[in-house]
Amino acid sequence: MALLSVKNISVTIGKLNLLDGVAFDIGAGEILGLVGESGSGKSLTAMCVMGLLPRIGGTITEGSIIFDGREMIGLPDAELRRLRGKRIALISQNPMTSLDPIIRIGAQIDQVSTLHLGLSAEAAKARSLDLIAQLRIPEPEAIHGAYPHQLSGGMKQRIVIAMALAADPDLIVADEPTTALDVTIQAQIIQIIVELVRDRQLALMLITHDMGVVAQACDRVVVLYAGRVAETNSVEAIFAEPRHPYTRELIRCIPRLGQAPGSLKGIPGAVPSVVDYPTGCRFNSRCGAAEDLCRNTVPALERKTSGLAACHFSEA
Amino acid sequence: MDSAVSAPEHDLVTITGLTREFSSGGGLMTPRRTMRAVNDVSLDVPRGKVTGVVGESGCGKSTLARLVLRLLDATAGTVAFDGIDLATLSPGEMRKLRRRMQMVFQDPYSAIDPRYTIRRALLEPFQVQGVAQTAAEANATVDELISMVGLSPRMLASFPHQLSGGQKQRVGIARALALRPSFLVLDEPTASLDVSIQAQIIDLLEALKQELGLTYLFISHDLSLVRYFCDRVVVMYLGRAMEILPGATVQPRHHYAHALLDSNFEPDPTRRKVITMLAGEIPSPFATIPGCAFAARCPAASDLCRRERPALTDLGGGHMIACHHPKD
Repeated sequence: MALLSVKNISVTIGKLNLLDGVAFDIGAGEILGLVGESGSGKSLTAMCVMGLLPRIGGTITEGSIIFDGREMIGLPDAELRRLRGKRIALISQNPMTSLDPIIRIGAQIDQVSTLHLGLSAEAAKARSLDLIAQLRIPEPEAIHGAYPHQLSGGMKQRIVIAMALAADPDLIVADEPTTALDVTIQAQIIQIIVELVRDRQLALMLITHDMGVVAQACDRVVVLYAGRVAETNSVEAIFAEPRHPYTRELIRCIPRLGQAPGSLKGIPGAVPSVVDYPTGCRFNSRCGAAEDLCRNTVPALERKTSGLAACHFSEA
Repeated sequence: MDSAVSAPEHDLVTITGLTREFSSGGGLMTPRRTMRAVNDVSLDVPRGKVTGVVGESGCGKSTLARLVLRLLDATAGTVAFDGIDLATLSPGEMRKLRRRMQMVFQDPYSAIDPRYTIRRALLEPFQVQGVAQTAAEANATVDELISMVGLSPRMLASFPHQLSGGQKQRVGIARALALRPSFLVLDEPTASLDVSIQAQIIDLLEALKQELGLTYLFISHDLSLVRYFCDRVVVMYLGRAMEILPGATVQPRHHYAHALLDSNFEPDPTRRKVITMLAGEIPSPFATIPGCAFAARCPAASDLCRRERPALTDLGGGHMIACHHPKD
């Protein structure tokens, strides 16, 4: 059984319908990539899974989120707080949103295990030092006593990962964890995250806009477009035989080595704004194969020979 | 077109020993510290080609961009545009020359005044340069500019906030092209855009280059994009040019350039990479490093590298490298 099962959730904030029938499962030891461009609903999906949606005034109007056999929607705040940090941890894009600038690094990591695992101050420190070392940060003892501003962006993000792991969670939600970092640092952090997730048999929901990161790290992929799932499949199938035209075009937007000059075209138009989503398939205005059916009728997310796709004309 | 008139065999821009220092501190409490954001960079920008500058944050690529247009003054070294040493020009002469050299900025959101309509934003370069136009000429100009970047003239009445990021960047490009320059510095023009839009903008820049015979200096952190778009690639690290690749498919031989390439994940799960962890991180730009700037992190570094800075030397065919022990 899946550790996390998101079933057809729809989300509104005010009058805006931001997510429409988003669904996916993540099992233990699995890395699921949630990919899409800005405005596709990636981060909003993360907020739903973390139970943080009410904080930004959002409501889940339909669907359910089952974590380890329990329905998360409607759980009292106290229960959600126990889950967050303890069993579900978040790694955000900007490490400074997770770190307090005036508290020493060590105290911030220690706090997670004293709070959630009930460790003594001494045991918590030993655990933190161990975690810092596992993230391949040199001189753990010195880092433990340092303040966030004394560390580089890459080091800060490693500390945030150490904090996420401190309470031994089962699920990690990583929202663009390397987007703010330089490429060489990004590669190292992705490598470290993948190794830790595999070693500990954790479930990882990796949110990214970068198809390179998806190809490198993920087992399965959910492609989101304008608040709906376009396609879900194994990472191999997503790249080898994309079933949705959007996925196909998105992969073509990344230049490859030796690609002929002038052959990079992009996708015409732009992601529609939530206030004027087109009727029917939301990709229809940018899709080369769109017909009247696509402009009038919303394609259902259907099972194909492998994976799921929401396109009237996708192959079996 | 200027570029068509002058001899095509000369490089349009010649950069020699370019250096720029910045200082901080020097008050009552803190000692004055100096860093070299760009350190002794020499580079030719051939006419009609795209020269790419790639590197991570703090490598000096954006400072280089500003020095080339003399938006910043160099501490040492020269930039020659079409044979004219920019440092010798008076402010008035420099302003006049700027008609021929323009910049496209990373952030289209802050490059356009939010209170201006797109029409007014496109006419601003003419006002700044004191180019007199009748109302009819002005209208014809903006119509042509907006169509050139693939937008509808209907958008001229819009304000920047009504446009998407990609549309705003198109306006940024139209504005840079307003005075018919022959040289554009593109400073991460797609870094804040979604990939589907990034590819559109690169496609547009390619078409405009063909159509108008432009020369580009393209600044980016994205090696795969640079290798696709550029005829030559300069890899920078900590203010210095580490390697110059004469063509997109030439395999880099500098260990840093290699690490950069290795960190670039391909959109293909059958070609996953095993990441070799570089030791440490980019050193502080204030540190004085006697030898190679990359020595502290380089897997092949020897005592020689830590002692003596390798000079940029030609491996043949314009492939330049600053390394004592190049990779095979």
